[in-house]
Amino acid sequence: MNWLIDFFGDAANWSGPDGIPLRVLEHLVFAGLSLLLAVVLAVPLGLWIGHTGKGAVLVVLSANAARALPTLGLLVLVVLLMGVGTIAPVLIPLVALAVPPILVNTYEGIRGVDPELRDAAYGMGLRGRQVLGGVLVPVALPLILLGMRTAAIQVVATATVAAYVGLGGLGRYIIDGLATKDYPRAIGGAVLVAALALAVQGLFALVQRISVSPGVSGRQRIR
Amino acid sequence: MITFDGVTKRYPDGTVAVDDLSLEVPTGEITVFVGPSGCGKTTSLRMINRMIDPSGGRILLDGVDVTTIDPPTLRRGIGYVIQQAGLFPHRKIVDNVATVPYLLGWDKKKARARAMELLERVGLDLRLAERYPFQLSGGQQQRVGVARALAADPPVLLMDEPFSAVDPIVRASLQEELLRLQAELNKTIVFVTHDIDEAIKLGDRVAVLRVGGRLAQLADPATLLAEPADDFVREFLGRDRGIRRLSFVPGDGLRLRGDLTVPVSAEVSSVRGTAEAWLVVVGDDGGPLGWIAPKDLPDSGTLAEVPAAPYGTFVRGRDSLRSALDAALLSPSGNAVAVDGSGRVVGVATREALDEALARVADGARG
Amino acid sequence: MGEEPLVRWDWIGRNWPEIQELLADHIIMALVPVVAGLLLALPLGLAGARWRWLYQPTVGTMNVIYSLPSLAVFIVLIPITGLATRATIIVPLTFYAMAVLIPAVVDGLTSVPEHVRQSAVAMGFTPLRRLLRVELPIAVPVVLAGLRVATVSSISLVSVGALVGRGGLGYLFIDGWQRQFPTPIVVGVVLTAILAAVADLLLVVAQRWLTPWSTARSRVREAA
Repeated sequence: MNWLIDFFGDAANWSGPDGIPLRVLEHLVFAGLSLLLAVVLAVPLGLWIGHTGKGAVLVVLSANAARALPTLGLLVLVVLLMGVGTIAPVLIPLVALAVPPILVNTYEGIRGVDPELRDAAYGMGLRGRQVLGGVLVPVALPLILLGMRTAAIQVVATATVAAYVGLGGLGRYIIDGLATKDYPRAIGGAVLVAALALAVQGLFALVQRISVSPGVSGRQRIR
Repeated sequence: MITFDGVTKRYPDGTVAVDDLSLEVPTGEITVFVGPSGCGKTTSLRMINRMIDPSGGRILLDGVDVTTIDPPTLRRGIGYVIQQAGLFPHRKIVDNVATVPYLLGWDKKKARARAMELLERVGLDLRLAERYPFQLSGGQQQRVGVARALAADPPVLLMDEPFSAVDPIVRASLQEELLRLQAELNKTIVFVTHDIDEAIKLGDRVAVLRVGGRLAQLADPATLLAEPADDFVREFLGRDRGIRRLSFVPGDGLRLRGDLTVPVSAEVSSVRGTAEAWLVVVGDDGGPLGWIAPKDLPDSGTLAEVPAAPYGTFVRGRDSLRSALDAALLSPSGNAVAVDGSGRVVGVATREALDEALARVADGARG
Repeated sequence: MGEEPLVRWDWIGRNWPEIQELLADHIIMALVPVVAGLLLALPLGLAGARWRWLYQPTVGTMNVIYSLPSLAVFIVLIPITGLATRATIIVPLTFYAMAVLIPAVVDGLTSVPEHVRQSAVAMGFTPLRRLLRVELPIAVPVVLAGLRVATVSSISLVSVGALVGRGGLGYLFIDGWQRQFPTPIVVGVVLTAILAAVADLLLVVAQRWLTPWSTARSRVREAA
């Protein structure tokens, strides 16, 4: 506890390039950017694979790979091979690790929609896009959002680790604190990262509540 | 009118779902496709709205080959009802019903008003309109499914085992409802079921299909029951085919006796001498009150004081021979009371009269 | 780096004994949490399946724990379990494993169809016998699917521990980065992936053997 007071109580930690507000902002920007890129890549691909049934093997492979590959190793390897300096080498592993959960859940969500529903939608004269956008996506939305939430949490965690290869953000406190044996700093950073992860979790719960139809969430509660 | 012209559906793996099917579905009638699993009845239905395309032959909708019409456009003009209703879980009931009107670009207010009208028409409480499908029972969902199919007032309705997933009581009421609606709307309906009783109850015409997708027989229910084309149809119709047939023989042909009735105000003494074993007591309003046996009557008093035995009635001009027979079996006399549309006694069909009528039916079956 | 090849095989040969030691350490730190997690998840999952009101709070807590970045948890534990100890890694990974396994156990148990449960009752099974002979066997495929996710995640998470001084094969990443030398990193990544693949395969075989009637693999949370 004293360590936390040492860290959070020190006014020097609240301003400047290494101050808490800027570090939080950095962390949010890196994580947000990675998540955005991952969503842009994975959601359309997952919708397409789930809707057409083509390329399902790709989904399984990417899910397995993402789970089995060590994030730290991937980060270190990519940055080492591509060189430090620009942000791109760090973003690549961040995005690559965020894509699979979104891809898998989007695909599973779309594929898992009751075939009767799909049948009814086509039978009433909806076109392919209308079936996808008007029926499949709203029904699969809880799973799609779950994928994004998993990816977001993943990205927040990986961005922390990425401080080791020079990325800014809250991981800096941890890595620098460990390097200089400044434990208050390391633990302060850890607490901030944990709080951020919980905030992200909460944000997604809110988004879910707002965007998922009561007809879908209510049905799940009953089951 | 929907015309199947040598329609075949063969899948790439060689299985034949429908084999050279030719038949006509007349406008304004219910045509039922019935048969065991694998007879291609659902496939045949789904080829009408191009959920499946035939691999041979043509399906004409009022003379136009359906494969020349863009599927979504075709489907918006054809109502479609499926087994589990297939309601969209994320939309309120009213919006589910308004799906096709929305697709056709109606404005929201008009589409919702139409949806409410239809919900009422299929017998649903309008308070359900703002609920979601998961909050409704299976039978209610199925009614919504029918309302949704009717929303844009399509001339043709395709119904694929729509009532199979609900319990028998709800199913019976949904069937009644459909017949009532059809009497008002006169849609061209193709109805698929595996239940021969449902087929006979609902169909103006019934197409029995056999496994492998071949038409075994196409006939109105009475003809089907009276003259099954072959052993397959006979077996499919089941054991009590003869009795069920009577449902399609009108009770009009029954010879009625008018001398077996007696007014409730009559004195006991006035009927004691009659030779008849049973008489119907008729109330002041002309309706039947029950049977009496003259030889068991007390010595004096009026008929109003005498307990009457239970009776069964059938409506002359509306009910079938089966109803008349049923009415006879419900009376200790073995005779059936015939009434008119307002419940007034018009005569009695005796056992002899029923016998004659049954003999005529049996003769018809022989010839 | 210029001419530096991605992998220098001679380095691997020279350091093989040390790599083996790291591998063994990695396996222990990855698998102990999975086994411990399973042992804890079984009673908690049973309780959650039995008393449904327990389920939501339990899963909610597990969700919160699951969302905490591993590095942050390692750091916070250091004052308690010590720097560079196995315990610092094993304790949080046990919680992560539980976060995956508790819902799997509950889902598995509740996936027993009601008519199967009813017929077991009707045949006179006592509650305990019913659990052991009917419900648990039917739950096995779902639990094993969860176990696969938990195991593979655990194996890949251990290496983050290298940042706090104890990460099994993760040490190779630190070593490679500090010397700007890719060979150890490649070795570490490849061995971790192989380890994960082998563990996954063993669990698939176990599932086939334990539940010859089913190849179900459903309703398992996607862990990353």
